[in-house]
Amino acid sequence: MTITFLMDGEEITAAEGKTLLEVAREHGKEIPTICFHEATTANALCRICVVEVEGMRVLQPACIVQAANNMKVQTRSEKVIRARKTILEMLASTMDLSEAADIQAMMTEYGADVNRFPDAERRAVPVKDDNPMYVRDYSKCLLCWRCVQVCAEDAQYTYAINFEGRGYETQIGTFFDRSIPETTCVLCGQCVGVCPTGALKPKREFLLEQGMSPQEISVLNTGRKRRRT
Amino acid sequence: MIKPDRIVTTTCPYCGVGCNLQLHVKDDFIYKVTSPFDSPVNHGNLCVKGRFGYDFIYHPKRVTTPLVRRYLLEGRPKPDGREQVFAVSTNGNPVSPSQVSKDWDWVTTDWDTALDITADKLVEIYKRDGSEAMAVYCCAKATNEDNYLLQKMWRSLFRTNNVDHCTRLCHAGSVVALQKAIGSSAMSNTASQVIMNDVFMVVGSNTGENHPIIALQMKEAVQKHGAKMIVIDPRRIDLVDFAEMWLPLKPGTNVPVLSAMAHTIVKEGLVDNEFIAKRTEGYQDYVESLEKFTPEYAEELSGVPAEDIRRAARIYATAKNGAIYWGMGISQLSHGTASALALIHLAFLTGHIGRDGTGLNPLRGQNNVQGASDMGAMPFHYPGYMRVDNEDNARQWEKTWNIEPGGLSRKLGLTTTEILGHAHEGGVRALFIMGENPMMSEPNLNETRKHMTHLEFLVAQDLFINESGAFADVFLPATPFAEKDGTFTNTDRRVQRVRTAQAPRGMSRPDWQILCDLARRLESRLGRSNSAKWDYSSPEEVLREMASINKDYAGVTYDRIDKVGLIYPVPDLNHPGTPTLFTEDFPSGRGRFYMLDYVPVMEEADDEYPFILTTGRLLEHWHGGTMTRNSALDEAYPEARVEMHPADAEMHGIMKDMPVRVTSRRGEIVLRATVTEKTTVGVVFIPWHFAEAAANLLTNDALDPQALIPEFKACAVQVFPAREEELPNPDAVVQRGRY
Repeated sequence: MTITFLMDGEEITAAEGKTLLEVAREHGKEIPTICFHEATTANALCRICVVEVEGMRVLQPACIVQAANNMKVQTRSEKVIRARKTILEMLASTMDLSEAADIQAMMTEYGADVNRFPDAERRAVPVKDDNPMYVRDYSKCLLCWRCVQVCAEDAQYTYAINFEGRGYETQIGTFFDRSIPETTCVLCGQCVGVCPTGALKPKREFLLEQGMSPQEISVLNTGRKRRRT
Repeated sequence: MIKPDRIVTTTCPYCGVGCNLQLHVKDDFIYKVTSPFDSPVNHGNLCVKGRFGYDFIYHPKRVTTPLVRRYLLEGRPKPDGREQVFAVSTNGNPVSPSQVSKDWDWVTTDWDTALDITADKLVEIYKRDGSEAMAVYCCAKATNEDNYLLQKMWRSLFRTNNVDHCTRLCHAGSVVALQKAIGSSAMSNTASQVIMNDVFMVVGSNTGENHPIIALQMKEAVQKHGAKMIVIDPRRIDLVDFAEMWLPLKPGTNVPVLSAMAHTIVKEGLVDNEFIAKRTEGYQDYVESLEKFTPEYAEELSGVPAEDIRRAARIYATAKNGAIYWGMGISQLSHGTASALALIHLAFLTGHIGRDGTGLNPLRGQNNVQGASDMGAMPFHYPGYMRVDNEDNARQWEKTWNIEPGGLSRKLGLTTTEILGHAHEGGVRALFIMGENPMMSEPNLNETRKHMTHLEFLVAQDLFINESGAFADVFLPATPFAEKDGTFTNTDRRVQRVRTAQAPRGMSRPDWQILCDLARRLESRLGRSNSAKWDYSSPEEVLREMASINKDYAGVTYDRIDKVGLIYPVPDLNHPGTPTLFTEDFPSGRGRFYMLDYVPVMEEADDEYPFILTTGRLLEHWHGGTMTRNSALDEAYPEARVEMHPADAEMHGIMKDMPVRVTSRRGEIVLRATVTEKTTVGVVFIPWHFAEAAANLLTNDALDPQALIPEFKACAVQVFPAREEELPNPDAVVQRGRY
């Protein structure tokens, strides 16, 4: 079954059941995404992909809303652009986006003002370095939920991490705030693979950034070796 | 933020899944590994080894200069009492004071000296004692090209088939059974077809830890596609959480449990008569032999309730698409071949083979154990599973290798286990080991140690001086996967590229180059009139030579597998590969049923040794540990532990984390106890990665009579509390919240 609808005034025919984002990308239209990832279930958390749909009261997240017959969609209306700009400004005011190159590019594109919310409290938490494989710097976390999803049904079925806290205090964490080795974590690093902001990072990359040389990093884990003869 | 100098696409060097990797390299240092999300093998997912386990490449203990023992360098005779020496002397200072030890010192040298000494010594032994004295272990971690060259070297220059590798210790039982029953020896279907199964059995495979990415697909099949999984394993492995049924059998009772399932399928009329009539033979005799295997009889032997066996049989037999995945729990037994046959029969009875989403799927352990076997790194076969005792086969390879007719040996060679068993005067005198570690992977290591000391000349080509390399006379420093080009063939027959990400460290060289260099030196010393041509300019040339005879690989070129690997058989250059085998018939024509009997394991538990020890692997480590124990992975799991059921622990006064001494009739080790319901009553489990508490000091070297695979999965042990100070490494503590 196919459906026909209007996207930015252009008549588009697409297979039924596809999201607005999928259809837009098939037709070469750029809708920005942050929390969306091809390998994870879309949850419409970050709202950067919102579009305006005629007859709908609020803006609609293109990553989960399916295209339907006779829909009239605006992907870059004034309302959409204002929403995206505000989302970016709110992100910039609360977290460290220094390693999120894609988001920085979006900020330039949308003319987002880093200082729009000068009184906002920036999330600043110490780096969690509690296992031999990766570090977690939640100052850089935008709560896209990808790491939680790949740890659960989107890939690993391990369920080691989840949201904790509410509202502004919301953060990704482990049950009872246990250290990673004490959780069900299998250190697969699926979470590291999908993190968009550098909040999750291989330990070796982290140490290299801290200024250690490859030689210094390579002798870190060589303390064991007491063999019984 | 670090910008990589380059991102190199390659294939993971750990397990047989063959995940696709992208190595992010800065200043010749791999600081990050990612995986493309459109990868057909692993869809962007990796395990802890695949994503983080590469720091062994930079470990300070990696040897990057050729080493020879001082006695060889200074032309003295070999001293008595071969010693296991790990340390390398620096500044010419000996590592231990006695004269004997001084002669055993490792001395760093240059390639010419090391290879000339190696060539002289090998030729001296060959000229004196002949082909029978020469043997080689190929390597399931090295590339197809490396393995092809090494078996070619031994066969063409030393005219012997004493060529084997660790497949003998892992799936030999499965390979022999598959060869006997259908004439093949690989997975019939691909791992990505797991999600097409509606019922599948996982037998004797701890897939979650040993093939982590295939386990993800199994969990997905259950959670998202409604498949039913039946786990048959003495341990409550993590897959059990997702299973429809778990049959916790006593180690070594596969034949009765699987045959009782077959019994149920036959008695309840659930057989696929059409498949049996059209595709198999020997059914009538087989059915008669099944009479004795009632589920009640199997319950008596295995402890699995008869009703569960019946139910499992019905679920598998009535599936639309049923598949079987299995691991070492089937093959590593003194009746490993019979165990695998019992599984194969189930597929025959129900016709669950020859279609997508069905099949007989032995999960191969190493990244390239399938490839090394395909390359003829085995004593009975040339590349392409061509028997060495077949005149036509030998002639074909003689022509390819430019050898006079009749030059190649037609005699079957010795297997891995036999090679060391024959290390004595008049037997095997020289052994070349590429990347393997028999001093960790053989059963009954005390015996192996004796054999190692009886060798006259041992060459190790590796990254580290491991437990076996420590016995060597010459050490040739090779490069890991990230410093060479080539191909690996994964468990589902997919041939994939391995690419150079950085320059070889120090003086180390890619294996294929070392082998060609050595072969040229051997050839000139042996004075062979025809040259077998050892002047390859690239690994691709090696692959093309192999593929000119090995029809399965005929259509494989580096160009064609540049982006996505090809699943062999690939009979020509336009063929797209063959994910599902046996759709029309089996390589042997009809599938063959065999009559089976229950044979107990060689060593059953008794009053003196009341526990059955079963061995296996951990997620964080890899086999003998040459790579992972020289990595941050060792920090994640730094010590050996024995798993014991709470009921057994209570009865024997053993508590959580307590040091215990585990003793078998062959050896003893001291390690900490983990009290857990992951194991079953009467069964203890020890991973075999840890040299300081090596599980294989305990295991039984009894062999399967057909496949010659040792019985790693069952031997009798006793467990008693020990003192803290007896632990080899009391400070190491495993922190592990998961089960």
